[in-house]
Amino acid sequence: MATTNSVRAEYFRDRMGITERTLERCLAEALSAGGDFAELYFESVASTSISIDESIVKSASQGYSVGCGIRVLCGERTGFSYTNDLSEARLLKAARTAALIADSTSKTTIKPFVETEAPVLYPVSGIDAEIAAKLELVQRADKAARVYDSRITQVRAGFADEVRRILIVASDGTYAYDTQPLSRLSIGVLARDAAGQTARGSSGGGGRAEISYYNADKTPEYFAREAARQAILQLEAIDAPAGEMPVVLGPGWPGVLIHEAVGHGLEADFNRKKQSAFAGLMGQKVASEKVSVADNGTIANRRGSIHIDDEGAVSQNTLLIENGILRAYMSDKLSAKLMGIPATGSGRRESYSNIPMPRMTNTYMLAGKDDPDDILRSVQNGIYAVNFSGGSVDITNGKFVFAASEAYLIEDGKITAPVKNAMLVGDGPTALHYVSMVGHDLALDEGIGTCGKKGQGVPVGVGMPTIKLDKMTVGGTGK
Amino acid sequence: MTTKTNTHTDLKQLAMDVMERAKKLGATDAESVAYEGDEFSVKVRLGHVETLTQSGSRAIGLRVFNGQRTATTSTSDLSEEGIARLLNGAIELAKIAEEDPFAGLPDAGAFSHKRTSEGMGLFFEDVYSLPPEDRIDLARRAEAAAMSADVRIQNSDGGTFDAATSYKVMANSRGFVGEYRKSYCGIAAMPIAQDASGMQRDYWSSSARTLRKLDSPEAVGKEAARRAVRRLGAKRVKTQRATIVFPPEIARSLIGNIFDAANGDAIYRHATFFEGKLGQQVANENISVIDDGTMMLEPGLAGFGTLPFDGDGLPMQRTTIIDRGILSSYVLNTYTARKLNMHSTGNASRGLAGASGIGSGNFYLQPGTQSPDEIIGDVKSGLYVIETLGSGVNLVTGDYSQGASGLWIENGEFTGAVEEITIAGNLKDIYRNIVAIGSDLIWRGSAAVPTIRVEGMTIAGE
Repeated sequence: MATTNSVRAEYFRDRMGITERTLERCLAEALSAGGDFAELYFESVASTSISIDESIVKSASQGYSVGCGIRVLCGERTGFSYTNDLSEARLLKAARTAALIADSTSKTTIKPFVETEAPVLYPVSGIDAEIAAKLELVQRADKAARVYDSRITQVRAGFADEVRRILIVASDGTYAYDTQPLSRLSIGVLARDAAGQTARGSSGGGGRAEISYYNADKTPEYFAREAARQAILQLEAIDAPAGEMPVVLGPGWPGVLIHEAVGHGLEADFNRKKQSAFAGLMGQKVASEKVSVADNGTIANRRGSIHIDDEGAVSQNTLLIENGILRAYMSDKLSAKLMGIPATGSGRRESYSNIPMPRMTNTYMLAGKDDPDDILRSVQNGIYAVNFSGGSVDITNGKFVFAASEAYLIEDGKITAPVKNAMLVGDGPTALHYVSMVGHDLALDEGIGTCGKKGQGVPVGVGMPTIKLDKMTVGGTGK
Repeated sequence: MTTKTNTHTDLKQLAMDVMERAKKLGATDAESVAYEGDEFSVKVRLGHVETLTQSGSRAIGLRVFNGQRTATTSTSDLSEEGIARLLNGAIELAKIAEEDPFAGLPDAGAFSHKRTSEGMGLFFEDVYSLPPEDRIDLARRAEAAAMSADVRIQNSDGGTFDAATSYKVMANSRGFVGEYRKSYCGIAAMPIAQDASGMQRDYWSSSARTLRKLDSPEAVGKEAARRAVRRLGAKRVKTQRATIVFPPEIARSLIGNIFDAANGDAIYRHATFFEGKLGQQVANENISVIDDGTMMLEPGLAGFGTLPFDGDGLPMQRTTIIDRGILSSYVLNTYTARKLNMHSTGNASRGLAGASGIGSGNFYLQPGTQSPDEIIGDVKSGLYVIETLGSGVNLVTGDYSQGASGLWIENGEFTGAVEEITIAGNLKDIYRNIVAIGSDLIWRGSAAVPTIRVEGMTIAGE
């Protein structure tokens, strides 16, 4: 099997003069006040984006950022400093600043570096395309959305890609390098009918893949038609009902419910600090026995996948909930050590200027045995939600909300009218007990999600089979 | 602070050099923006320092025009190699972009005469005047005040103190060079309350441009605790139509949607329910909404949204968006003004990367005369919102639906906490149904809205 070992950390040495000697000196400086762990995180991100708007490629842009974040741990305390000047003098200054968190005379020795190896999940060279090829993608998307229906009046499409290179070295011997390519095609449309009614639709996808990804099944035309279809559908949508009712969630992106209602509550930091509604429930039943949930950073080419996390640990596939029983929290180095729980390779950060935290990668509910049609047929009066525009959660009381961007009434077991503005609201731990049917049709999302936590955004994936929740509150304005 | 001034001089020179080099490389126009910032932040949790961050960074952005073709680049690599890459990248990308007849810098005569923040009250050195131990102590005191305020507060996500200063310079090929320095400091507390009913967290903070305007850590902590404890024992309520009271921190986002609906970008795209409504009634007659990018909080102290010039280099302005219920202006930058054949309202916002967007100055709803207590006291049965969750606002249609927590009101009195509900309506109706506006206009950030009461929204619950 190929491993990431084939790509060495030479990028930072050759381009920025970061030698092993510099790394050792900085780590020593960072530990000079007695910290028990020190880490250097080098990052460079080169990004480009191009967008089409009113059928004109109005602008193209390109960005480059480089920097180093230096972290020192001393017990539960974290000292942190970053710089985007990578001269040795500035790195040493940042190391001294981070070191100040510690005030002990204990001496931590720097272990010999051991290079981390991980199976290859995505191309480690960056996206293999000229700007002209990216331009073609957005132009095709624009065209496809406009020809879908004459009521489509506005189209914006954009293609953004980046290559992120990271080098992580730490006093515990960590020496890890990765190149993380990421791209995304996104489309937003507006539809307007003869009566002047307007509606919007959006779609998009991508991952850690070569540009050929967009010329197989996930073409610009595919995403454009999807955005246009949603907007046209919304023109005919009626107001969503308000109140408590059964809810069926479609496969794929609705897995964002799992991300919000369960995933965040299972991040170790919130549990260590006893701030999560799931704190202290390890080994206990937290969901219906039909529910199993995994966080898996090792799926090839997925947006949420990573060879290594931002602490240099190899990414994993972690079963969080098994048949309703809580089995694991997602941990970073600090929480694994302080809580005495297994490390899950979940330490992620937005950039060199942020401190890593336990974060999700691709989080999904595992497939069950029910037939999706049977699930719909079992509902007398309810809501079938297949797309959401976003969601959020208060992890302390477990309350979450989701805005459905595509949803339908279910009447007598059949999907009927599309509804608009359906807001689903619930309580994570309670909602999981109401899952009474789980389909065999597990699907992952198209690769467009970014998760925000404490101001830091990281790319993630979500997924789910068709499921039925016996009751949930739908917040609409209709009857 | 002489070294600081020197690095600013260097950065200003770099911004001007980059702009001029872009012209030499063939750009018909160019604009560069350079930034330098320092930040300090400390979080104390359960009495101990949890994280301490201290850092600085610099970066530069470039926008070039090749006739009506535009491209932007940015970098944090200020070495000669990095700058060359910034320049060449922009020139190359501008060849790929297509002609946009509305693209371009503002006309030379339109730029702001104010070109520095000197004397504006935006920068105060005192945010960094305290020794680190005293800064940590501010965070510690905020958390301690929250923890000791109520026996039901036994856990916390900490107390924080932050300070930051930044410098920004903008130079363009139409002769504009402007620069400003800003300072910021803030204290926050995030306690967790717990009783037999479960856990609830809340938050309170104070921020300012100078330490002397910051609330005491004790006041911040005590208020955070009051907010967390009042959420305990929350229940759900029945689905119904009801009166809803929005306190300032929630009303700010509800009324803030007026700014977004009047955003010139959304207007020319026909993506807002305010499109084509200039001169028409869009809100109740008691509603006047203003964005003022020139406001002073007091002599020598600028508002949180005040700057010497906007992101296009134009003067900041005072714009009445809604005048007694009538939509009287959109909010525009140079580009959207050209698209709509109007004049910029000085609302361009500009980061380092990308074209300029639209941002607010100091945005507010003209206060009324009633006290918040009077507004609540007049409610027979309804909801006082303390948090909204989610992003359920559709500016194309005006549809509004948010998850919410709050306090229930019966006969003018609070009767207990409620949660796991949604509040919904359409902004077109909501703005017409604001029946009371408080006198409590308090500037805690760049937007301020007093307490308001709205009739006839839908609450979804049990």
